[in-house]
Amino acid sequence: MAEKILMKGNEAIGEAAIVAGCRHYFGYPITPQTELTEYMSKRMPQVNGVFLQAESEVAAINMVYGAAGAGARVMTSSSSPGISLKMEGISYIAGAELPSVIVNIMRGGPGLGGIQPAQSDYFQATKGGGHGDYHCIVLAPNSVQEMVDTTILAFDLADMYRNPVMLLGDGALGQMMEPVEFNPSETKPIAKPWAATGLKGRAEPNIVNSLHLQPEKLELHNIHLQQKYAGIIANEVRYEELYTADAELILVAYGITSRIARSSVEKARREGMKVGMLRPITLWPFPEKPLAALAGKASAFLTLELSAGQMIEDVRLAVNGAKPVYFYGRSGGMIPSPKAVYEQIANIFKGKEAVKHG
Amino acid sequence: MADKIFSRPKGLKDVPFHYCPGCHHGIIHRLVAEVLDELDVRDKAIGVAPVGCSVLAYEYFNFDAFEAAHGRAPAVATGVKRVHPDAVVFTYQGDGDLAAIGCAEIVHAAARGEKITTIFVNNAIYGMTGGQMAPTSLIGQVTNTSPYGRSAEAAGYPVKVSEMLATLEGAKFIARVAINTPGNMTKAKAAIKKAFELQISGKGFGLVEILSTCPTNWGMSPVEAAKWLAESMIPYYPLGVYKTSEGGAK
Ligand SMILES: Cc1ncc(C[n+]2csc(CCOP(=O)(O)OP(=O)(O)O)c2C)c(N)n1
Ligand code: SF4
Repeated sequence: MAEKILMKGNEAIGEAAIVAGCRHYFGYPITPQTELTEYMSKRMPQVNGVFLQAESEVAAINMVYGAAGAGARVMTSSSSPGISLKMEGISYIAGAELPSVIVNIMRGGPGLGGIQPAQSDYFQATKGGGHGDYHCIVLAPNSVQEMVDTTILAFDLADMYRNPVMLLGDGALGQMMEPVEFNPSETKPIAKPWAATGLKGRAEPNIVNSLHLQPEKLELHNIHLQQKYAGIIANEVRYEELYTADAELILVAYGITSRIARSSVEKARREGMKVGMLRPITLWPFPEKPLAALAGKASAFLTLELSAGQMIEDVRLAVNGAKPVYFYGRSGGMIPSPKAVYEQIANIFKGKEAVKHG
Repeated sequence: MADKIFSRPKGLKDVPFHYCPGCHHGIIHRLVAEVLDELDVRDKAIGVAPVGCSVLAYEYFNFDAFEAAHGRAPAVATGVKRVHPDAVVFTYQGDGDLAAIGCAEIVHAAARGEKITTIFVNNAIYGMTGGQMAPTSLIGQVTNTSPYGRSAEAAGYPVKVSEMLATLEGAKFIARVAINTPGNMTKAKAAIKKAFELQISGKGFGLVEILSTCPTNWGMSPVEAAKWLAESMIPYYPLGVYKTSEGGAK
């Protein structure tokens, strides 16, 4: 077993990418993820990799498009306003089916917003964000160790499905320091016979492209993409359950919020309230089936988010009207205290509705 | 049997072009393919064409290629070149693409001295979308979005890309050519070859701006278009070498 070292979340993602065989990073500074860009500038030359500070997020994601199409394991990272700029490129990457890893360490919005942690890019991350019918696989770690593990997983999933994978964290996770370990044997690079590498004796050119001018062809391409997404939904849903066996109320939370939720759930349990929690690790594909199953047993749900309520829509879809779904959220970079969350839980047990938006 | 003295370059597939009659895009494709043949680098060539009338360039080129988003080819080519430093990577961009939406990408690829070649097709108009004003449209030029003629007051001045990029340290070869006469065509091919040779020798960024016709959207016959190019475009966009790796600038 590898030795544990203390690392900041943002830097741990960078080191994990290197462990996963990523040797190309293109980025542009933005708080609260800049440590990752800086870390790559230091580490990439040490491992004979390429670090390039692009002139913009638009350029960075298009460099990713080029490098991914050329067959490399490649990563970029940013925070909310920068991710908005990357959306054009992400749509092209999804359309051309290129494996790439995009890190979003979220901050509050809309607009320039602020620099404090938020989860208000959930819609953008899971519902497309760019134009067209596409999905990124979205992974939401909740610890520095999980940031390492999901980064490595992100590269494998990207290659396996030839699809962009977004690692969705927030400013708090990015800045947090925790002990982590790296296990180099975890990653599984695969051959990319489709990549544009120069013919090198190959008879047919490889074309990296997302253009299909004939409607019939574009529809076929979209059908193919949807079939691929169906496969991802069937095989890649990841989540964690806590005390759900006998729970009457199920909290749903991801990322940093799930850690706050966890302490509130523990406290409520000690007070005799039957509370459980489901924590999605993949936000897309969303753990719809496990939530639907819980809707058959529990009597209510409470969604917690650092937003005005975005994931709650997916929770409601999964629960499909079977049980009430309450919401508690803070936004703008405000983080709810475990006490505030506990009060929401207690209110629901007392028969009072949870506060819609704190 | 007669000797074959003229044939299709290996770098072009045997398929018909979609370009309009009299359009220079087809000739420029051919020149690029011939140069890659002569340099014997088809096996390591990777082309990047974004949108514009040349959006289907990968249908014609017989080597690996990318289709990029509008204006982003220099960034895409940067990614490709950083993965395959030995490949011969080039972008093929129109003036709307390179001088408007992709202005930042080309300036910074040149400033970085990215070891790529850019074939910049300047026809002073947006061809693909049907004849709107480009950053390179001339003062007074009538287009679909400058129906009263381009005015400097309202739309500013046409961008001289070669002159602008020649000021950048990382740009090692910048030339403006035209293919309206056989003599100019020979010079154009020589410039394209020089730009690729410079990339292959690892010196830095090279760009060849090619003044080109769009008879369809200029509303002219191919012959009138060639005349307009000579009489209106060349005086504003003088032909010549603006920068060379030997350090000479015009
Ligand atoms: C983001 C985006 N904006 C606009 C367009 C529409 N569009 C396609 S080609 C083009 C202009 C192309 O003109 P130019 O680069 O001069 O090439 P030409 O067609 O003249 O060869 C525009 C505006 C697009 N495809 N993408
Ligand atoms: S519209 Fe203009 S640039 Fe486009 S193919 Fe026709 S002549 Fe050429």
